[in-house]
Amino acid sequence: MVQKNRLKRSDFIFIESGEAFQPFQYSVGKEGSRFFTELRDHKKFFGLKCPSCKKVYVPPRKVCGPCFKTMEEWVEVGPMGTLSAFTILRFPFIDPETGEKKPVPYGYAFILLDGASTQFQHFLKVDPDWPPTIGIRVKPVFAENRQGKLSDILHFEAA
Amino acid sequence: MEPVAIIGVGQTVFGSNRKDQTYADLVYEATTAALADAELTIDHIDNIVTASNDFFDGRTISSMAVGDACGAAFGNGKSISTVEGDGSFAALYGFSRILSGSYETTLVIAHSKSSEGDLRLLTNAFFDPLTERSLGLDWVSAAALQARVFLKEKNISNIQCGNVVVKNRASGAKNPKAHVRKPLTIDEALRSPLLSAPLKETDVCPSSDGAAALILAKESFARKKSPHPIWIRGMGLCADAPFGERNLAESKALRLAAQKAYQMAGIDQPTKQIDVVELSEQFSYQELLWMEELNYQNSSRVNLSGGCLSAHAWIVSGLARMIEASLQLRGQASNQAANVKRALAHGQYGLCGQSHSVWVLEN
Repeated sequence: MVQKNRLKRSDFIFIESGEAFQPFQYSVGKEGSRFFTELRDHKKFFGLKCPSCKKVYVPPRKVCGPCFKTMEEWVEVGPMGTLSAFTILRFPFIDPETGEKKPVPYGYAFILLDGASTQFQHFLKVDPDWPPTIGIRVKPVFAENRQGKLSDILHFEAA
Repeated sequence: MEPVAIIGVGQTVFGSNRKDQTYADLVYEATTAALADAELTIDHIDNIVTASNDFFDGRTISSMAVGDACGAAFGNGKSISTVEGDGSFAALYGFSRILSGSYETTLVIAHSKSSEGDLRLLTNAFFDPLTERSLGLDWVSAAALQARVFLKEKNISNIQCGNVVVKNRASGAKNPKAHVRKPLTIDEALRSPLLSAPLKETDVCPSSDGAAALILAKESFARKKSPHPIWIRGMGLCADAPFGERNLAESKALRLAAQKAYQMAGIDQPTKQIDVVELSEQFSYQELLWMEELNYQNSSRVNLSGGCLSAHAWIVSGLARMIEASLQLRGQASNQAANVKRALAHGQYGLCGQSHSVWVLEN
């Protein structure tokens, strides 16, 4: 007699990926390495200026895409900036570098650093006494032990 | 059909020493080299095809990270598209775009770095997660299975495989772009430690970082602007069944791709009619297997650049073969053969060569 397939919903099998992970060692390159070194050692922001359109890229990169020109002129920008977009998050995320959960609520922002042409992205301090609005002035708060990465800045807050 | 020409080529040096450079840095280097070689600026390029693999790059939409570096900045009015696979497949896409009549010039660019991720884990992820992945195969152990069946079926000795390594490493030593530039003796090849039997360490290509760029143009543009056009006379692409569902001792896909390319180019005696061949051999035995499917017998004319056994960046390799074949036709190769009139370039992708492209080029 032919057996009929009578699998119940709970009989279906799933394969878990378990603790599998894919480690990467992402190269930051020459320009990115200079940027993070200045941030770590001097709490300074540096960008690269396009010789053609004069746009200042922060974080820096080698090429101005629209002009297709190599950028070599370093320009110090910030540390003050203007808030240009933000949100306050109510759900946590797992930091891919530390594996730790970011406490909620926290703010996320686009900041136009003084002298820069591109938006810099980082956390925004959430302060009930200070509801952020687009256009306010902000400043960075640096970590004590800086390691040459994005987390050398803790967050931006009202200036 | 209006012919299409390769009018510019550019490659980075391949190696593990590109660790300090970003993908964009490598792509910019290859792109500017190809433009300089073609004696053009980015303004002459009206569309761009990139090749990359999100798994290798460790990010989604990996092409976006290199857009600016290959002149494909958004808003510049250039059409940009992406291929996930070997760079020679991206060249086919670029070739088709020119044949469509919509474009005059196509920049094809491919990049990858073996140094940023873990190749064993990354290539293990190529396998089916339901039935294969947990068994731990990767690109080397999968190829060992293919080597086993191919060598047995064709009665090929490990000395013959060793000779491929010795030949390609000797050629690679002359190529300033190659990753491994140290010649090897047959004794060293045969004494090399086993990785996954029958494959020994020296049977496996190096894991390189690098990028390559190719500029294609329609005939009217090439005749007007190019000092050294190389003409595409034949092309074939074919994909096989997945690993585990085909006879690994042969490559029907390569055979069919070659037949299509030969037919287009009017070739019926490949060994006689093709002067040099650039093959994508990730392993020594693959050169012998691919030659068999290409029906090409003159091994001394194969991989004069050193082939993949001297430099292998995933995604980039097939495009690098097209570039090396073009340089032979221009008389500018590092290990130049005499009187090259017609060349064949081959690209592959997937486990044990699942998909193949074959190009017949003439000067």
